[in-house]
Amino acid sequence: MPPALAPGPAIVFDRRHLLGIEGLSAAEIDGLIDLADSYVALNRQAEKKSSALRGRTIINLFFETSTRTRTSFELAGKRLGADVINMAVATSSIKKGETLIDTAMTLNAMRPDVLVVRHPESGAVSLLAQKVDCSVVNAGDGSHEHPTQALLDALTIRRRRGRLAGLVVAICGDVRHSRVARSNIHLLTTMGAHVRVIAPPTLLPAAIERMGVEAFTDMRRGLEACDVVMMLRLQVERMQGNFVPSTREYFRFWGLDYDKLAAARPDAIIMHPGPMNRGVEIDSEVADDIDRSVIREQVEMGVAVRMACLDALTRAARANRPADKGR
Amino acid sequence: MSRKARSPKGPVRPAAFLDARILDPATGRDEKGGLLVIDGVIADVGPHIVESTLAPAYERIDCAGFCLAPGLVDMRTQLREPGEEHKETIASATAAAAAGGITSMVCLPNTDPVIDDVAAVEFIARRARENRLSKVYCYGALTRGLGGSELVELGLLAESGALGFTDGVRALGDSRVMQRALSYASHFGVLVIQHPEEPALAAGGVMNAGLLATRLGLAGIPRAAEVMLIERDLHLVAMTGARYHAAHLSTAAAVDAIRAARARGLKVTCDTAPPYFALTEDAIGDYRTFARLSPPLRGEEDRAAIAAAVADGTIDAVASDHAPHDQDSKRVPFAQADSGGIGLETLLALSLGLYHEGRMSLLDALRRLTLAPADILHLPQGRIAKAAPADLVLFDPDRAWRVDADKFLSKSKNSPFDGHELKGAVLRTVVDGRTVFEA
Repeated sequence: MPPALAPGPAIVFDRRHLLGIEGLSAAEIDGLIDLADSYVALNRQAEKKSSALRGRTIINLFFETSTRTRTSFELAGKRLGADVINMAVATSSIKKGETLIDTAMTLNAMRPDVLVVRHPESGAVSLLAQKVDCSVVNAGDGSHEHPTQALLDALTIRRRRGRLAGLVVAICGDVRHSRVARSNIHLLTTMGAHVRVIAPPTLLPAAIERMGVEAFTDMRRGLEACDVVMMLRLQVERMQGNFVPSTREYFRFWGLDYDKLAAARPDAIIMHPGPMNRGVEIDSEVADDIDRSVIREQVEMGVAVRMACLDALTRAARANRPADKGR
Repeated sequence: MSRKARSPKGPVRPAAFLDARILDPATGRDEKGGLLVIDGVIADVGPHIVESTLAPAYERIDCAGFCLAPGLVDMRTQLREPGEEHKETIASATAAAAAGGITSMVCLPNTDPVIDDVAAVEFIARRARENRLSKVYCYGALTRGLGGSELVELGLLAESGALGFTDGVRALGDSRVMQRALSYASHFGVLVIQHPEEPALAAGGVMNAGLLATRLGLAGIPRAAEVMLIERDLHLVAMTGARYHAAHLSTAAAVDAIRAARARGLKVTCDTAPPYFALTEDAIGDYRTFARLSPPLRGEEDRAAIAAAVADGTIDAVASDHAPHDQDSKRVPFAQADSGGIGLETLLALSLGLYHEGRMSLLDALRRLTLAPADILHLPQGRIAKAAPADLVLFDPDRAWRVDADKFLSKSKNSPFDGHELKGAVLRTVVDGRTVFEA
C-alpha cells in the first residue's frame, strides 16, 4: 500500500464486511475487542460524541423487528458522528414484492458507507453484501450468525475475567435456532475457551459437537465447574408441543435457577443476550443477582462493540478505497 | 410446416456413419465399423460397412474413429411447459437435449396445468411432434393436481401415451393412497415412480442435515427420510405387485434397501442423477442456491455409495433430473430458493466421469444412460439394432471442456456444475436418422 499523506488511525480489521465470526483470526477478534474496550470509557463520559465517522452514512436495514440491537447500532453510529437512518423493511417494500436484491441495489445507489442488516433468513446478509459497494455488518441472519453479539459477550467476559482462553463457557437453551450460539461458539473456540452447549435433545442441532464443543442434555452435568453461563432466549412461539412440551417443563429441567447454578463455579457469571423470558429459561432472581448476572453490562458493551465495528470497517474502507478515487 | 415434415419418419437421404467405434450396451458390441440408416431406422451395422463397398446414394458421415452409441434416454426432466415458459420450453429443452446427446426424454407432470388428464398428455405429445430435436414423452401425475389424495385416470392416460405415473418432485406420503395407487396401477402394468422422501420428516428442511447445515443455520433433512419412504413403498410393492421405480437416490441406505429388496425377489428399479455421485453438500459453500437440490446433496460417504451403486448396477439408470429455474427463483436467500439444477447438457460428460475414474466400463456407463432407462420405460430406443430407431450420439469420451452455463441452450442457467472441468463431448446427435446437433 502506498504511504498515506496524512496517516489515519491504525487498521485493526482489514476486511470490507463483518458477516460472521467464523473465519476471523484470534488477532482480528482481539483487535475489535481492544478497540471496543477503548470506547467503553468514552461512553461513560458526559460528553459521549466522537467525530470518527463524521460525514459517513449508516443505514440500519432491519427485515426483522428488533428494538435493542437496532437502538444499540443507532447509538453507536451517532456517538461516532455518523448520520444514521433506520429502515424497517418488514413493513414496507418487501410487501410490495421487492426482492432482497432490489432493496440492496436501491440502497446502494444512495451511497451509504455502512449497511447494518438483520434478516430472518440464514445467509441473506451475505447475499446482500455481494451486491453492494459499501461495508455490511450482519446484525443477525436467521439461525446463522450474530457477530456483534458474540463480540460484546467476549468483551463482557474479558472485562470480568481478564481473559477468554482456558475459561469454561456453557451455552444453554435453544441452540438449534440460535445465531447467538453459533457466533459465540466460533469466537470462544477461536480464542481458546472450552465451550459446552446444554439443551434438550430436540434443541441440539445435528453434529454440533463437530463445531468443537461438548454437548450436554443435563443442565447440572453441563454446568459443572463452568466459569460462564450463557443463557439463550427460548422462542416461546416455537415451543408448544413442538420442540419441548411446555414452558413449565422446560423451566423445570433447563431453566437456570440457583439450584442448577450451584453446579457451576461459585464465581461463575451469568449472561443472556436478551430479551429474557423470566421464568422460562431463567429465574428472575438469578437474572437480577447483582453479584452474578452481567446481563445489563452486556447491553452497555453492545454499544461499545458496535462503535468499534463501525469504526474499524470505515477505517479499512478509507485506507483501501480513498474517497477521492470514487467507488 | 408440411404434414410430411412433421412425420417423425419423414424421408431423409440414406446415411452411412463410417469409421466409428460402435458401442451398443444391448449386445455388448464395441468395435470399429459403420452404420447405415434408411428411413430413420438402423438398416445395418458392423465392421463390414466401409466406404469402399458403399453405394453412392448414401450421405457419408465420417466418424473419425469416435464413439457412436445409442442416443441418451433421459428418464427424469422438468420442461416447465406449459405454465412456466420463462424458465424453459419444450423447444429450448429439446435444443439443450440435442446438444447433450439426449434423443429421448420424459418430463415430470409438475407443469401448470398439471399433467393429470388426457388433454394434458395429448398437449405434450402434440408439442413433441412439432419439435423434432429430441423425442419428448411425459409421465402422468399419480394423484389429481399432485394433491396426494385422488388417483388420476391411470388407464386412460397410459393409453394416451403417459410412460408412467408420479407426483413429480413431491413424495406421495399417504400410505393408504400409495397402496391404492400401486394396487390399481398393477392392473395396467404401468410404472409408478416415487420421489422418495418421507414428507413429514423432511418438512421445512432445505439441505442435508449435519454439520454444514448446523454451521449455516439452515434446517436439515435427515438422510433417513429417503430410506424410510423406500422401505415403506417396498412393503406396499410386495403387497400389490406393481412396477415401482425410486427416483434420484442420494443415500447409501436407500441403495442398500433396493439391493436387499431385489435379493428378496422384488422387481424394482431406481435411478440417480449426476449431482449425487459427482458432488457433495460442500458445493453449497456460502449459501450457493444453485446447489440447493431435491433430494439435497449429501456427504462424502453417501456420494461414494451412489457412485459405487451406479458402477455395480444396483442403480439401473442415470437421469439428468433437469430442473430449470430463473434468476428470480435462485437469487434469493437459500431457504427461499427453489430446488433443482439444469442437467441436460452435462449428463453424458458427468456420467462418463465414473468411466474415467476406472469405476465402470464405457459400455456399462452408456447402459445406465440408454438401454436401462429405455427398458424401464418399455421404449424401443436405447440400442443399436436393425430396425431400431436411428437415435444416435457421436461423442469423444476424452475431449475436455469447461462448463459455462451461460453458453447452454437451456433457457435457465442454474447448473451446479458451472465452471467445472469435464471430460467427454458430444460431436453429433441424430434423431430418426436426422442430425439435430453438430458440434
